[in-house]
Amino acid sequence: MSIIVENLSKHYGTQKAVDNISFKVESGQILGFLGPNGAGKTTTMKMLTCYIAPSGGNATVYGKSIKNDQEAVKKSIGYLPEHNPLYLDMPVIEYLEFSAAMQGVPKSQINQAVKNMLVTCGLGAEKHKNIGELSKGYRQRVGLAQAMIHDPDVLILDEPTTGLDPNQIIEIRKLIKEIGQKKTVIFSTHILSEVEATCDRVMIINKGRIIEDSTPELIRKKATGGEVLHITIEDAPNADTVIQQLNTVATVQSVTEKKEASNGFVVESKPEESSRKAVFKQCVANNWTLTEMRVEETSLEDIFRTLTRN
Amino acid sequence: MNKIWILTKRELKTFFDSLIAYVLLGLFLGVSGYFAWQMQGNNIFDRGEANLMPFFDIAFWTLFFFIPLLTMRMLAEENKTGTIELLLTKSVTDWQVIFGKFLSVFILIAIALLLTTPYYYTIAKYGEVDHGVVVLGYLSLLLMSGAYTAIGLWVSSITNNQIVAGLLALVIGLMFHLIFGVMASSSSGMVGDVLSFLDMRGHFTSMIRGVVDSTDLLFYGSIIFIGLVLAESQLAKRHIA
Repeated sequence: MSIIVENLSKHYGTQKAVDNISFKVESGQILGFLGPNGAGKTTTMKMLTCYIAPSGGNATVYGKSIKNDQEAVKKSIGYLPEHNPLYLDMPVIEYLEFSAAMQGVPKSQINQAVKNMLVTCGLGAEKHKNIGELSKGYRQRVGLAQAMIHDPDVLILDEPTTGLDPNQIIEIRKLIKEIGQKKTVIFSTHILSEVEATCDRVMIINKGRIIEDSTPELIRKKATGGEVLHITIEDAPNADTVIQQLNTVATVQSVTEKKEASNGFVVESKPEESSRKAVFKQCVANNWTLTEMRVEETSLEDIFRTLTRN
Repeated sequence: MNKIWILTKRELKTFFDSLIAYVLLGLFLGVSGYFAWQMQGNNIFDRGEANLMPFFDIAFWTLFFFIPLLTMRMLAEENKTGTIELLLTKSVTDWQVIFGKFLSVFILIAIALLLTTPYYYTIAKYGEVDHGVVVLGYLSLLLMSGAYTAIGLWVSSITNNQIVAGLLALVIGLMFHLIFGVMASSSSGMVGDVLSFLDMRGHFTSMIRGVVDSTDLLFYGSIIFIGLVLAESQLAKRHIA
């Protein structure tokens, strides 16, 4: 295990920003932190990076405690805070050299470490520019480069794609995915599709507590319940007959007529069941022409809203 | 120590890259040079003695104004832009950050004072100089600068606004530089003693006259110590706030 979090809490007065959370992250895993604003994602990350001390509990990063061995923890973590704060007056190359030195990279290896990061993050052409002159996408690359400059085992990225345009988001996502092949990555985001595209595991936090911890696929399955079919029967005799006939199918939970589409019906299956074949056969048996049948894809946004609503 | 020096170099580079170092060095040399050598009535030539008293007198004021200009952005800007978070999540302690920043200002002031050594060379060439007094004069300027740098750093740590940090450092500095002395002259007893102890001018004057007392060193040391401890405590507040 690269990270073990045990009963971690952070209180601000009476407000519980993080409320007694525990989880473990395996080496080489990409963990997505999801949650509404103020859920406790950033606070958790700040505690893991030793920026703020926890009010209770503990966490270890490769066996080193965030309470007692902060220097070792900081060395094994690369961190990109929210809004990517950088020294805008420094040239990229100098900033990376400074970051490497601050993270204890031996002097003889700093040049090589900087060269590696310039290549990995595609910053070669921008290396002599002041960070303040760079576009937001390139600044984000500098942020990632400084986080990885000392070759840490764990990367913690707080909303790394916020404010980027769609192309930049795809580039950064690709970069995170590549990094995640070798390192443990924890990153928070509001973009839920990003979690599906990038993460091995998703943790949803709300009001300082973990309310879901699973793979994106399992969370989707769990939240959607039974299969939902949208069908259109071109020459349906009347809605009541169709509903009555389809309700006779053993796996069907309920059938409702779509108000917005003529001859359209929504068929919900019983949990863990699929009614596609049986519905098709029922239509054939009744000599109805089935012109549409699709399975409803519940978006991760809907699942997220469902899980975090109160 | 290595981390402190890395931070110090970065801060010094920022001073020179942003030209603030050149502007302040130029102004310091220009103003102190003019008053020490050209100003009618109290310049080095008018005194008829081979000492740097006029220079020390004017440097006492020029450094008082320049140091807040150097310290005001140091932590206020880091707080405002959020770079303090990135800095403190690197393999560095709060104390190393404070010392690194303190040392950068101190070194810049030392460079400024080093550039005035031709004054010393000049008077030493044409007259009998009490070298001990001159060395103590420079030491006094350095200690005073250390005290105002520590105050400036602390003030810079409590705000996100560097203008506020600069003005507040000047106001607090003015208490030590002038106001406590004025109050001490009209006070007696223990209050008078305390105010006298807090008067920067008194300690400075005794040292530039060649008298070094443990009270003077205690005064400068206490201000530097308290200023740095307050600055570090302010950084550490994030753990409990």
